[in-house]
Amino acid sequence: MSDHLAALRTELNYEKTNKCVQCGYCLPACPTYLTMGKETHSPRGRINLVKMAGEGRIKDLSVLEEPLDLCLGCRACETVCPTGVEYGAILESARAAITRRKKFSVPANAFRNTLFKKVFPSRKAMNLIGNAMWLYEKTGVQKLARKSGLTEKLPAHLGEFEKIMPAAVSPWERSRLPKFTGAKGEKKYSVAFFVGCVMDAMFSKINRLSVQLLSEVGCDVIVVENQTCCGALHAHAGEREEGKKLAKQNILAFEQAEVDFIVNNAGGCGAMMAEYNHLLADEPEWADRARQFSSKSKDISQVLALCGGVKGQERPTDRVTYQPSCHMTNVQKVTADPVQLIKNLPNVELVEMKEANMCCGSAGIYNIVHYDASMEILDHKMKQVKDTQTTTIVTTNPGCLLQMKLGIERANLSGRMRAVHLVEYLAERCSDSQVTNISKTD
Amino acid sequence: MKTMTDMQIKEILDIVKTGRVLTDESDRFSYSFDASFGTYLPDAVIQTKSVEELAGLVKYANLENIPVYPRGQSTSLSGGPLPVKGGMVIDLSVMNDLLEIDEEDMVAVVSPGVLTADIHKAAEAKGLMYPPDPSSSHVSTIGGNLAENSGGPRGLKYGVTKDYVIGLEVITPQGEIIRTGGRTVKNVTGYDLTKLIVGSEGTLGIITKAILRLIPKPPASETVMAVFDSLVDAGRAISRILTSGILPAKMELMDQASMVAVENYRPSGLPTDAEALILIELDGHPMAVRDEAEQVSQVCRQIGAREVRVPQTKEEKEEVWKARKLVSPAIVKVKPTKISEDATVPRSKIPEMCHRLQEIKEKYKIDLVVFGHVGDGNLHPNIIADKSDKAEMLRVEKAVAEIFEAAVQLGGTLSGEHGIGTMKAPFMEMELGAVGLDMMKRIKQAWDPQNIMNPGKIFPEPGQKLVLSE
Repeated sequence: MSDHLAALRTELNYEKTNKCVQCGYCLPACPTYLTMGKETHSPRGRINLVKMAGEGRIKDLSVLEEPLDLCLGCRACETVCPTGVEYGAILESARAAITRRKKFSVPANAFRNTLFKKVFPSRKAMNLIGNAMWLYEKTGVQKLARKSGLTEKLPAHLGEFEKIMPAAVSPWERSRLPKFTGAKGEKKYSVAFFVGCVMDAMFSKINRLSVQLLSEVGCDVIVVENQTCCGALHAHAGEREEGKKLAKQNILAFEQAEVDFIVNNAGGCGAMMAEYNHLLADEPEWADRARQFSSKSKDISQVLALCGGVKGQERPTDRVTYQPSCHMTNVQKVTADPVQLIKNLPNVELVEMKEANMCCGSAGIYNIVHYDASMEILDHKMKQVKDTQTTTIVTTNPGCLLQMKLGIERANLSGRMRAVHLVEYLAERCSDSQVTNISKTD
Repeated sequence: MKTMTDMQIKEILDIVKTGRVLTDESDRFSYSFDASFGTYLPDAVIQTKSVEELAGLVKYANLENIPVYPRGQSTSLSGGPLPVKGGMVIDLSVMNDLLEIDEEDMVAVVSPGVLTADIHKAAEAKGLMYPPDPSSSHVSTIGGNLAENSGGPRGLKYGVTKDYVIGLEVITPQGEIIRTGGRTVKNVTGYDLTKLIVGSEGTLGIITKAILRLIPKPPASETVMAVFDSLVDAGRAISRILTSGILPAKMELMDQASMVAVENYRPSGLPTDAEALILIELDGHPMAVRDEAEQVSQVCRQIGAREVRVPQTKEEKEEVWKARKLVSPAIVKVKPTKISEDATVPRSKIPEMCHRLQEIKEKYKIDLVVFGHVGDGNLHPNIIADKSDKAEMLRVEKAVAEIFEAAVQLGGTLSGEHGIGTMKAPFMEMELGAVGLDMMKRIKQAWDPQNIMNPGKIFPEPGQKLVLSE
């Protein structure tokens, strides 16, 4: 074997592809195989393409680009894989290898750089987006834009996304979460709350409710300074080094706090942080600290459940369905707690949708970059949602939440159905008067 | 090197009006493999739901001498769908629209891309059952099952795919559409072409529709689990049960090596110090299965089982069968390459075959695990190896050859349910004899004189040998 090929094999994580016995058990679990209907867009197909590149049978890595680009990264294939192939690791290393060799056009490169290196990690930049959204809404520009049909002309279907953006919160309301919120009643745990970038800018209300719920069930909640974006969007887009940088910054920030758990409310971020230990495994000075961080990282539903759940109040009956976040199910393996929290609420009937574990097509920024592919997946999902005849879709990740809102619009169900984050829903049905004052997000 | 010219690709684009013709490198590589060995690039992959277009395509291929490779979802363990000579792959998994259950005629009418598990579900919703249950049924298409004549654990009591097919629609290698059999269980009009096509591994035509026989779904089932300190005792218990007037639906064996592998992979409370565990499922009327479970338990105790258990709840039953399902994934944790054989012997020879397998294991110093549908003699000797270890793979090749020899010598067969494909072709003559094999070749020549349908399968090329060390 030539040195070149040996180096490529390491770069591609080729060894891991050999674990795949090509049994095909992943095919029925893969949303893109289902909607695109060819092996090229299946986990088995993608793994084989990486394998072929590692064996030098595919010489030009750009052959892999489209099939890997169109992967949602939902990792449902890992959950059903009988031999435990680490698909996520293969996908990320192959994407990074392609990105390294790719010559982006100058503007595209500038956009990527700004987005990944400047916008997501920067509180200031994300705040700016949040502020702009608020201004946009409150000043009536939104109405005007909608009326004039301007939003329909926005590039890359951003017009459609505009409809589903959450009601923005004014900068002074959003400004900061309290550095410390004490546990109500007996203190069970002390936790550090992970704010997140998208959650903070677009769903700061959910963040606030999260802190309140945690305090309600008996947690001291600390919000540490200098925390940043989790880096998931970077790692998934082949910007692994940038992802590592952010991981380190978060580890440093959260090491300052002595807490039992680091709690997040976004399935995607939670998954990323649960895997900091893999991300930094080969950096001796970080590996141990990453392992500690990952073992402390929990989804809010886990901690709420651990504290005995939230006390729901007698409220009008409601039928809800739950759309699990792929990364919560397939990476964090958190499946029972959210369901149990909902089931414990009085007068709430939880109706499971068919193929609930199938991705909704949001997948980070997939729905923006691969709009058509994503919408095909979403429309399939909405058929199952409609069949449940429920009025509320509960989600656990900001991307899924936005996507489900978009799905409701596309299926002409607005007015009859709404999408909420689990935290919002729990707060809405919760007994405490402090947390009950919730208006719908849309 | 491509087999097809650009002109020919252009022609097929004209024929396939409603479907897709895939020719990108990424697509061609994605249809170059199955669950067995080897990578073979097709020139084009065709997906269409139109039988007429497919017939046109085959007609054209026959004129131009282009190899045609029908394929379902490529879960084959024997190389059935591999496009070993290039040409076209026909992806029949897209033909998945027809799934009708006729309760009165007790048949299912299906198109080839329907998943086997979906037929199970549709039949069960009407109180009926389609018995063949290959373990890949949630991924495998019925078209693939028909072509390979797949079996499964329930084969012991209910038989295999061919026992449930009564009618087919087939595209011949000349591109004509024919219908064989029909909707009646009894049908003796002429040669039984239905049975000839089933199990012909895609070498005689493309199945585009099938009529399957259904039976009433047994209302109840019971499971018995028995642990034996000696493998020989387990074998004796199996024979005794099968001669005691009871026919279980399934009878599965796990040897010590497979139990150890499962425990290392996902602890399930298996007795790793025992030599064998057998799992027996009985189905039928609730009173009858309870009684039979008691009888089976007694037989096992008499033979000297150290533990016999009849799980009571649905959850307990599932737990017991789950451990069996974990064997396959568990053993590949040991080493990455799994060579799954399905040599099958008459029931009376099961103990002897077990013995031979142990000898082969020691002789060639290979990791061999035996687990499988023991009741019908369909042992699954699985060899676990590392593809990158050339020396080991050479030993594996020899061991595999010797496993085949042992099975044939004991009056058994090379393949119980996986098919011949590419891997077992070199051993065909050993089982069939020169004349027997020649008669089969003559059938193939009569059906497909141009040899365009799935060429390179079943029949060995001159001098072909089993090669696992790529």
